[in-house]
Amino acid sequence: MRGKAKEMTPEVTWQEITPGGTIYETGNAEGYKTGDWRSMRPIWIEEKCTQCMLCPPVCPDTAIPVKDSKRLDFDYDHCKGCGVCFKVCPFDAIDFIKEEDKEE
Amino acid sequence: MSIRERLSGNEAIAVAMRQINPDVVAAFPITPSTEIPQYFSQFVSNGQVQTEFVAVESEHSAMSACIGAQAAGARTMTATSANGLALMWEMLYIASAMKLPITLSCVNRALSGPLNIHNDHSDSMGARDSGWIQLYSETNQEAYDNLLQAIRIAEHKDVLLPVMVCQDGFITSHAVENIELLEDDKVKEFVGEYKPDHYLLNHKEPIAVGPLDLPAHCFEHKREQAQSMINAKKVILEVAKEFEKLTGRKYEYFEKYNLDDAEIAIVIINSSAGTAKTVADKLRDNGIKAGLLKIRMFRPFPADEIAEALKNVKALAVMDKAESYSAMGGPVGAEVKSALYGKADGIKVLNYIYGLGGRDVRADDIEEVYNSLMDIVKTGQIGETYRYIGVRG
Repeated sequence: MRGKAKEMTPEVTWQEITPGGTIYETGNAEGYKTGDWRSMRPIWIEEKCTQCMLCPPVCPDTAIPVKDSKRLDFDYDHCKGCGVCFKVCPFDAIDFIKEEDKEE
Repeated sequence: MSIRERLSGNEAIAVAMRQINPDVVAAFPITPSTEIPQYFSQFVSNGQVQTEFVAVESEHSAMSACIGAQAAGARTMTATSANGLALMWEMLYIASAMKLPITLSCVNRALSGPLNIHNDHSDSMGARDSGWIQLYSETNQEAYDNLLQAIRIAEHKDVLLPVMVCQDGFITSHAVENIELLEDDKVKEFVGEYKPDHYLLNHKEPIAVGPLDLPAHCFEHKREQAQSMINAKKVILEVAKEFEKLTGRKYEYFEKYNLDDAEIAIVIINSSAGTAKTVADKLRDNGIKAGLLKIRMFRPFPADEIAEALKNVKALAVMDKAESYSAMGGPVGAEVKSALYGKADGIKVLNYIYGLGGRDVRADDIEEVYNSLMDIVKTGQIGETYRYIGVRG
């Protein structure tokens, strides 16, 4: 039986797979990068940010990391571009642009 | 010594649940199964069980709560009927796909519309492909016995599937009949403790249940689930054997009644089997070789065994208390005919729709079915095979 997320390769057979898809460990969402689903991209404008902390809790994923009570830049590996943080920011410190318009 | 009692089908189920003493019951009332959570909540209030009773706001919530509780590691039960089962639909598939051995008492009632509260099998027959094991019960005794066995079947390591125990609304659920109950301690010993290998409340092994399952793995999970249903066939017989040792009451995939030398036979499910047996007896008294096969286990479907049991019959009528609107018959008819194909060819098979929306099924109706079979044997002419009985016009 292959019960850990890393063991569930594309080669795993039905005899080896866990019943019901249960994974015998937690924290698996972190390993699953959903950033490439994004069509819109939030941009953090650090100089306008007051660190009011309204945006981190409304993120449906964990794409706004917080360290020492301060938010950091977006985790684009997991941000799906839903725009809730952009909507909630009272200080225009988050811009929301089309993914293809981003500056490389 | 077993306990002789007189109970309705709903009371019998509630008593079985009291004796099982599950960790969680989540249910929402709906006629004709309302009495099950009603009686059971009295047992909770009286302190006769240690169950957490979750009074939810809908059947969708009831099944959702059952899924959460069972995944957490709790032995969980519920009951419903008709539109209640329909409202659970989405969650029924999730319960079976997550391999959660929940048990559900389905008190069969016509699924709306038109709006009707009486018995037919359109509710559970609609759920036949939801991945639940389905056991059907002719009497209160069978409903009680099936539910006790359902716990063991569901929780068996080779199965881990939810089980639905069905009985006929009002006809069985509200009619009081004699019943033999097991003593509480014997039930406790028979069902044992629920000991899942992996469960959410196990702090030693944190797990993730019900994760996203994309094309790379979903197919393998479905195959694994199908294997559980295949495995259930063996387990259901093993549990029945153990139950027979305890009670003397024998259970198999189906009951054969006067079938071994029968020339004409009917296949039927639930309470109408009782009516049909009376008619078969009467025909036997007149020298007519009439038999009956009553299906107990509809999922998994015992196709090979049914073909073997029916192979010597000349004409057969499969009785369906549910339409499937295929324009060619009902669900039991479709399964039985497909079971016979290539294994018991040449049998002339009629498929009758009967008793929809609680229409009484009288001995005369069943006799008419047997008479039609006798005509077919005599003349060799079968005519229309998709028939209705008991409908005006």
